[in-house]
Amino acid sequence: MNRPLTREQMTTFLQSILCLVGFVVLLQLWLLNATLNAWLGGDDSNLWSAAAASIVCCVANVSLLRYLNRLERPSRVPGVSR
Amino acid sequence: MNETAKKSTIAPNGLPLVDQPAWRQDFPIDWPQDRFIARRDFTKFLALTSLPFALVQVGIGLLSWFRRYRGQPTAKAIAPLADIPVGGVHAFAYPEAHDPCLLLRPDEHTLLAFSQKCTHLGCAVTPEPERNCFFCPCHKGYFALDSGRPLTGPPRRPLPRIILETRDGVLFATGVEVHHI
Repeated sequence: MNRPLTREQMTTFLQSILCLVGFVVLLQLWLLNATLNAWLGGDDSNLWSAAAASIVCCVANVSLLRYLNRLERPSRVPGVSR
Repeated sequence: MNETAKKSTIAPNGLPLVDQPAWRQDFPIDWPQDRFIARRDFTKFLALTSLPFALVQVGIGLLSWFRRYRGQPTAKAIAPLADIPVGGVHAFAYPEAHDPCLLLRPDEHTLLAFSQKCTHLGCAVTPEPERNCFFCPCHKGYFALDSGRPLTGPPRRPLPRIILETRDGVLFATGVEVHHI
């Protein structure tokens, strides 16, 4: 059964998603720092795996954003504007 | 009280509407909704920040691939071997004119060449053969004279080593060997 979310529930969801997105962005920042450090030191053995991990993080963030947009649809969330 | 004021909620300072400043009484808003929209927009901004990070990572990979594809720079004559005294130091530029390098001859049969740019912030390192090291005066970085590896100070990456070759009594630089960390 798809019960519409209340505004408080929606805000809780939003905060969880914000935490996850923030964590993933920090992870990407760390990954970029580590990759640059290794690359400038002449170690290019992990460049593509790091790039793949960063793309996965990006896809995860975009998916979370899409999930948030889906939650926000007026048919499911009365009282919360888009 | 108009309709908008009726729909307004408790402001962040917790006071009722009548005790709020005039601007809040004139433009009452739905505070939880305001917070929700602010956080939602911040979440969208953060999520979209991911894309440039991923693009930069891919860019680094492509740059590395192009460098490898381009291969080693062309060989360049440094000096006749006889002109380099034992225990002496010879400065040259390789692979480009703005890439300073140092050639050392600690004994008759050993030739060492390294980039002169400190791997910390690019200052010029100076050889100190009596202490068996290169010294960077900018931030007191030290590198081993025989291998170029960092000893102390801020540098964490070794000095790039120049590959040397002797052809008909003339010393040539034939490539740059970037060490792993």
